[in-house]
Amino acid sequence: MIETLQMYFQYPFVRYAMIVGVLVALCSSLLGVTLVLKRFSFIGDGLSHVAFLAMAVAAIFQWTNNMPLILAVTILAAIVVLCMGETTLLKGDAAIAMISVTSLALGYLFMNMFSSSSNISGDVCTTLFGSTSILTLSTQQVILSSILSIIVVIIYILFYNKIFALTFDEDFSRAIGVNVSFYNFAIAVIIAVIIVLAMNLVGSLLTSALIIFPALSTMRLYKSFKAVVISSAVLSVLCAGIGIIVSILAGTPVGSTIVGIEIIAYAMCVIVGKVVVKI
Amino acid sequence: MAQIICKNLIVGYEGQVVRDNISFSVEKGDYLCIVGENGSGKSTLMKTLLSLQKPMGGEIVFGDGLNANEIGYLPQQSTVKRDFPATNFEIVLSGNLGHKSFFYSVSDKKRALDAMQRLHIVEFKDRCFRELSGGQQQRVLLARALCATEKVLLLDEPVSGLDPKVTAEMYEIVRDLNKKDNITIIMISHDLNDALKYATHILHIGSEIFFGTKDEYLNSEIGMKFTSELRNNIICENCGKKVR
Repeated sequence: MIETLQMYFQYPFVRYAMIVGVLVALCSSLLGVTLVLKRFSFIGDGLSHVAFLAMAVAAIFQWTNNMPLILAVTILAAIVVLCMGETTLLKGDAAIAMISVTSLALGYLFMNMFSSSSNISGDVCTTLFGSTSILTLSTQQVILSSILSIIVVIIYILFYNKIFALTFDEDFSRAIGVNVSFYNFAIAVIIAVIIVLAMNLVGSLLTSALIIFPALSTMRLYKSFKAVVISSAVLSVLCAGIGIIVSILAGTPVGSTIVGIEIIAYAMCVIVGKVVVKI
Repeated sequence: MAQIICKNLIVGYEGQVVRDNISFSVEKGDYLCIVGENGSGKSTLMKTLLSLQKPMGGEIVFGDGLNANEIGYLPQQSTVKRDFPATNFEIVLSGNLGHKSFFYSVSDKKRALDAMQRLHIVEFKDRCFRELSGGQQQRVLLARALCATEKVLLLDEPVSGLDPKVTAEMYEIVRDLNKKDNITIIMISHDLNDALKYATHILHIGSEIFFGTKDEYLNSEIGMKFTSELRNNIICENCGKKVR
């Protein structure tokens, strides 16, 4: 088995997949804790469908370098959902649900109407479930993903205390003079970036899993915010690493394999939490 | 000069006026109770004082060395998330975020510990917030507010949902902060009994607005009307709630 792995890791695309997979898993789990606690668990789903729509549009015009467009559109949608939430009539979950289904439907419609490809359902399946996209990353995409992930991690560490305060009690933070709107805006942008990155790994449908599962799992085990954040980052990286290796060995789709591993990890955390920690 | 002066303040949200013509002032060391029926605009006034929303008219002037962001705030219990994984120390520390640095300094940590000592919750330092009882949680949040300011505390129904013994303890703590540390207290309360016991000033908002010292309030027409309603209500000994 180790020989097979060694053989696979000689190919650059497998190494790329591993690098990007681990980095994306790390970033998504960091913000996942905040999203779950702020009751925005479903935002990964909504925004990744927006990214799917952007991808479909890019495909129509046959732009090969579609990353900037996808990023821009997704960031815009994230700002609309997270920052306008306080003022507009459409609140939280309804806004996310609406944006989610609208962009999914339009994306599929555009792909169907304008695509020149002979295998539309195959294309759709690939973008939704990310079956092979992580194995077809170009060097340029790997570099871009790595840089973005590192920036996300650095920003998260710098603003960790503010993110904690905002997640716990937004009103209090605002009252003592923290610029809450600015940080919400920053969080929205970071989330959009993470989702676009995560789409390469698990496809748009499974992006939510990558964001919420590590946080939900480790919340069963730890009592402090810091411990939850750190352990969910470790767990997420482990799951992504194991998932990629398993999918290479067993020939299964990368995205669903990683999510499968995350589910097993969640079940284990629930059991350990019940038996040992008793929260 | 007074710490907070409100002149003809109009409060409301989404373009709807909830209450207008609110005028009062708070001096250092005052203990002001804001009373009034449900829906009278108490919470909206509080949000406006905390700069969570803009006044729709009139003005709020901060003086006596007080800045707008130096009001410590104890939210209503219902707004705090019950399943949040955080130690009490992490929560108290987050009261230090008013200044602009990225990380907590040694003095921030000392401040948090001091506040926890004052409220006798150091023993819960590393325990999870959600494991504590209602009264203990309130003390943790009060310690957080103390980290944010030593000048003015704004408490929004601090005893709702607490049993009578814990309620009495909570009032003692607040009175001590007011008397010993000379911290100005602004408290929103449902419970006129307790409001009248500890407060130095009363702001009654409703269809009529009254502001004055406690004695003035008790002798005013509106105060008499409101307190006589209270006297007519029999107070249930077990739950402390009024029975009509």
